[in-house]
Amino acid sequence: MSAEAPPAPTANPPALLELDKVRTFYGRIEAVKGLSITVNEGEIVTLIGANGAGKSTTLRSIQGLTKPKAGTIRFAGKEIQNAPPHQIVQMGIAHSPEGRRLFPRMSVRENLEMGAFNRSDREGIEQDTEHVYSLFPRLSERRGQQAGTLSGGEQQMCSIGRALMSRPKLLLLDEPSMGLAPILVDKIFEIIQEINREGTTILLVEQNALIALGIASRGYVLETGRVTLSDRAEALATNDEVRKAYLGIS
Amino acid sequence: MATDTHTARRPVLAVLPRVTGLLNRAVTIALLALLVFWLAVNFVQGPGQFGSVLLIGFTNGALYALIALGYTLVYGIIELINFAHGDVFMWGTMITVSIAGTRLGLDGSQSGIVTFFGVLAAMVGAMVFCGILNPTIERVALRRLRNAPRLAPLITTLGISYILSNAAQFFYGPNYTGVGAILPSNILFLDWPAKSLIVILATIPLLLALTYVVRRTRQGKAMRAVAQDMDAARMMGVDVDRTISFTFALAGILAGAGGTLYVLEITTTRYDLGQIGLLAFTAAVLGGIGNLTGATLGALIIGLIQAFNEGLSWHAPGEQWTTSIVFSILILILVFRPQGLLGQPEADRA
Repeated sequence: MSAEAPPAPTANPPALLELDKVRTFYGRIEAVKGLSITVNEGEIVTLIGANGAGKSTTLRSIQGLTKPKAGTIRFAGKEIQNAPPHQIVQMGIAHSPEGRRLFPRMSVRENLEMGAFNRSDREGIEQDTEHVYSLFPRLSERRGQQAGTLSGGEQQMCSIGRALMSRPKLLLLDEPSMGLAPILVDKIFEIIQEINREGTTILLVEQNALIALGIASRGYVLETGRVTLSDRAEALATNDEVRKAYLGIS
Repeated sequence: MATDTHTARRPVLAVLPRVTGLLNRAVTIALLALLVFWLAVNFVQGPGQFGSVLLIGFTNGALYALIALGYTLVYGIIELINFAHGDVFMWGTMITVSIAGTRLGLDGSQSGIVTFFGVLAAMVGAMVFCGILNPTIERVALRRLRNAPRLAPLITTLGISYILSNAAQFFYGPNYTGVGAILPSNILFLDWPAKSLIVILATIPLLLALTYVVRRTRQGKAMRAVAQDMDAARMMGVDVDRTISFTFALAGILAGAGGTLYVLEITTTRYDLGQIGLLAFTAAVLGGIGNLTGATLGALIIGLIQAFNEGLSWHAPGEQWTTSIVFSILILILVFRPQGLLGQPEADRA
């Protein structure tokens, strides 16, 4: 784990993802107002901030689901802000979205297969399915069950597992702790670290700033669509403003 | 005082839904019993007639199924009733007449093999034509409206319906056009309307092929994913625009095949045939819109109702009542079982 990662992007670990002055609108409302962030290869980077700060919109912009009106998004050296979402997935970005968004009337197994939609290497898919089952043994027990009938925690696991099935270089995780019991949150975050150790770069959006900063190497604090702070994770965790606003510690 | 009457009334109110529930059930059972009795008397009075009416019912049902599936496929994926779909079917009949009648001159006098391949050519032609026409409609007129209020694409499909119908009137004229009796009316020793049997037999492989495409292929998987959660499908790397085009193409192909079978069965067609689409649409709603098995089941039921009503002799209301009866059924479904026979309740779908 790169706990000693530098606060700002340097030439050393190559930047996998770069957002430069990205502006995204929902109708006339500007949800992301000139956001610039960098994610280096191998890192866990977290975006923290209150509800409505533009965290999910940032992820949706990266994935191409909500196109930015201005700014550039560069992934592995290529500009992707105008690419359609299905191409962005093929380039190596996968998304475990807010609200999990499983296919409710497909089984766990079929949901995982959907994650591998653009792959045709059957053996590889089979291996990765088994890998997801080994990360989340619970999913293995439920593989034939309809995703809509899973518990919240199981759905979260299925959503993360499904995102892994495309073998992404970059994994976007939106609020993996939402609505889960504390024990389960710890477990999911352990698994997120394990996924990172296996070589997947992670951009993590969380309201639970404490736990997010606990596993991230760097973090950005978002307020109403802008970055107000960026630093190494442990520096943010000890920053007075952050502690007051997001960690509930005064 | 006020609270007194309130508490006094409460038990009555609590019993009320149970009473109406029982009443509903009793009325339903009584109506079904009446229906069975009516069918039984008709059967006893003329078993032969009953048999051929039954066959006609299944034939109608098969034809309606091919159209109803188009409504239900498109609704399943973008929650839109495509009112132009009946007219796409009408164009399928027109193309069939052009190929089988005008071009190949099939009229039943040719040998079996020539007729078979001629009909096959006409069917493939109609399927290709409608399979291109339907996604073109989506591409030109509906795709831009995908994020518009629901009413906009709905009205657009009504407009397209008129355009298709008027275009057919322009190219084929205002009168009935058709072909001769291409298929024999009886085969071997059977005194049954053979062409009806052929229509049913031709429909079965089409339905099986559709089931295979939706259940087993990559495109079918993409269709199911888009139907369940369009944005999530995008996140999985599904090209949603292409999947919607594919769905419209499938719907068109089935309508084209239906067009050919219709011409074989009825032999004539006209520019306003698209109105049949309303019956098929009712069938799709009856079965549960968005549900493929439901559309087929609904179509068979509507086909049988129509045949019984028009073909039986003992106390049948007759042809002029068919549309009224079918739409009365539509209203009853919408009131008492809005999700249709096999559809899931709205709450489970999201």
